[in-house]
Amino acid sequence: MLELVIISALNGVLYGLLLFLMASGLTVVFSMLGVLNFAHAGFYMLGAFFGFQISKWFGFWWALLLAPIIVGLIGAAVERFALRDIHRSGHVAELLFTFGLAYVIEEVVQIIWGKDPVDYRGPPSLDFPAFSIFSTNYPSYKVFMFAVSVAVFVALLVVIKRSRIGLVVQASLTHPQMVAHLGHNVGLVFTLVFGVGIGLAALAGVIAGPILQTQSNMAASLIALLFVIIVVGGLGSLAGAFVASLLIGLIQTFAVSLDGSLASLFGPLSPDAPQFLIRNIWTVTIAQVAPIIPYALLILVLILRPMGLFGTRET
Amino acid sequence: MGKIALAFLLMLMPFGGFAMAQESVRIAYIDTLSGGGASVGVARLKAFQFLAEDVNAKGGILGKKLEIVPFDNKTNAQESVIQAQKAIDSGIRFITQGNGSSVAVALTEFVLKHNERNPGQEVLYFNYSSIDPVLTNAKCNFWHFAWDANSDVKMEAITNYIKATPSIKKVYLINQDYSYGKSVRAAAREMLAAKRPDIKIVGDELHPMLKVTDFSPYVAKIRASGADAVISGNWGQDLALLLKAAGSSGLDVNWYTYYGVATAGIPISLKQVNLNHKVFGVTEGIANVDYAPSREFEKRWRAKYGEDFVLFAPRQVNEIRMFAAAAEKAKSFDPIKIALALENMEIDVFDGGKGMMRKEDHQFFQPLYVASFGELKANEPFDEEGTGWGNTVVAKIEAKDTLTKTSCKMTRPQ
Repeated sequence: MLELVIISALNGVLYGLLLFLMASGLTVVFSMLGVLNFAHAGFYMLGAFFGFQISKWFGFWWALLLAPIIVGLIGAAVERFALRDIHRSGHVAELLFTFGLAYVIEEVVQIIWGKDPVDYRGPPSLDFPAFSIFSTNYPSYKVFMFAVSVAVFVALLVVIKRSRIGLVVQASLTHPQMVAHLGHNVGLVFTLVFGVGIGLAALAGVIAGPILQTQSNMAASLIALLFVIIVVGGLGSLAGAFVASLLIGLIQTFAVSLDGSLASLFGPLSPDAPQFLIRNIWTVTIAQVAPIIPYALLILVLILRPMGLFGTRET
Repeated sequence: MGKIALAFLLMLMPFGGFAMAQESVRIAYIDTLSGGGASVGVARLKAFQFLAEDVNAKGGILGKKLEIVPFDNKTNAQESVIQAQKAIDSGIRFITQGNGSSVAVALTEFVLKHNERNPGQEVLYFNYSSIDPVLTNAKCNFWHFAWDANSDVKMEAITNYIKATPSIKKVYLINQDYSYGKSVRAAAREMLAAKRPDIKIVGDELHPMLKVTDFSPYVAKIRASGADAVISGNWGQDLALLLKAAGSSGLDVNWYTYYGVATAGIPISLKQVNLNHKVFGVTEGIANVDYAPSREFEKRWRAKYGEDFVLFAPRQVNEIRMFAAAAEKAKSFDPIKIALALENMEIDVFDGGKGMMRKEDHQFFQPLYVASFGELKANEPFDEEGTGWGNTVVAKIEAKDTLTKTSCKMTRPQ
């Protein structure tokens, strides 16, 4: 039992950190644009595929360095040459643009790399178990993922809270006009923030690709979960995204390990209870409903605390 | 001017189709050619076309050319019915489909209705891959023929193998949470209880279908249960991710699966996490079966489509061969005559041995192989997907040992 708890906690935190890499960019971009970027998970996927391709040519470490930069530059270009112009036509146009972009990315990836999963592997130098807990090997690659995620989180926090650039970014998010009047190039700041946000998602793709399946539908299954995280954490709040990511990572991991159901809590139903609906709900286990728990959480948060856990404004 | 030309073209088109129908016999391939399952659908289409070329090179069937006409059903039941109607309207009398049991159920019901309402224009449905047992039991009909071993038959083969492997003591079941996964789990419980009552089932998991991205919590649970073997009917990413998570955490169990060998995408994942001969699958044939004709076929196939493009479905070969044999036996392309000729037909199957289309439920029975995937052994020339690893036969189960009971009661045309 203890083994299961420790392993689940490790897995949950790691999954949460991965989610945070993606959610951090998404939540900051939301504060900036005022709309959700549907294509965000698409850039995560691009990161994974670029990582795969570059690591095939030059090795994994180059991929880790280059793929996020290239994808980040693509993201910055999207902001500068498309989103900025569309911004004038209002939020609906922006939303539709990112929605369409998500499809375009998926199709392009399918055209280039096909629909099957690709053979994307981590570096051979990390191909050994880092440590064992009881009998479970913990791969050193996962430890490496841990380290990268934490490093990124700390770096982000320091840049945003402690540096001059961070101050300008924070100010631009809430008072863009004022910042512009003070002589800063707000447009450049937005492009930069968008590019870095996309780059972080791509970084998540590069390091998650070898562990999860790298294939053309990996974005679609993720984007809904990311929305949950940024709403639960509070739109625009980095700290909120961090807490919500860990929370959802842990909830999903632990819920899977629990076999409890209403039946095991209150005993079986009487045999003449109706089969339809009631009996089904009575016997379904927590593990079976694990994937919907984040969405249930989303609904609860929206009802009880619409600004999210750490948010400052109503969603 | 343009309009008149267009009108002429439109007038000509039906005649063009008619002329074609005269010189070839057509099979409508209604399967998934776009969306998530397209990689499988396109590969199967290529296999059918390859087979048709083979048949035509030898003079066709009854002097006619065999032509495979693709229709995209987007893995959607409703769309399949629309496409089937389209195929029938263009004069096609034979439909083949394989991916997705929900699609198969919709198609078999559609074909049954169509044939009742349009006597004289009957259509046959050749199902090469959908394995929900309902298709040859509760929902069976005279017009449907199944070439893949259904889910119960496959479990029969797996449990026979487990019966002969006394080292297995604790089994964990993990399946997808929908009708197919539930039928796999029910069959496993029932057959294990009958064949190996001493085996303890230490876990019985249903996880959401195609939604889980990280299986490590499930793997932790399997480890905590102390299982030494896992049975799973999972397919696609649900199998690949599960095995990947298991391999990377060093979980040391044997995997008994339906699709762990001979499915696209799985070999790459297994090689990545170094699961060497830990994953077993049950199938009607693999490239390395020691049988000269099938090996020769596989060689030609790979030469045409590339080394890593593996022929995963010998059942398709069996289907086309039996179709040709039935037409020649009936000396006609009349669907009813072909259906009657197919009943109880025995053939030499692709990987050697005899197979038989059972009359009672139109289920094909054939020798099945339990195979494992890993390093190649002596006299195994074929690897999978360019990994350098390939499939090894660990057990062959004769067709007679896979016969399952059926509850099918079909009405035959008078």
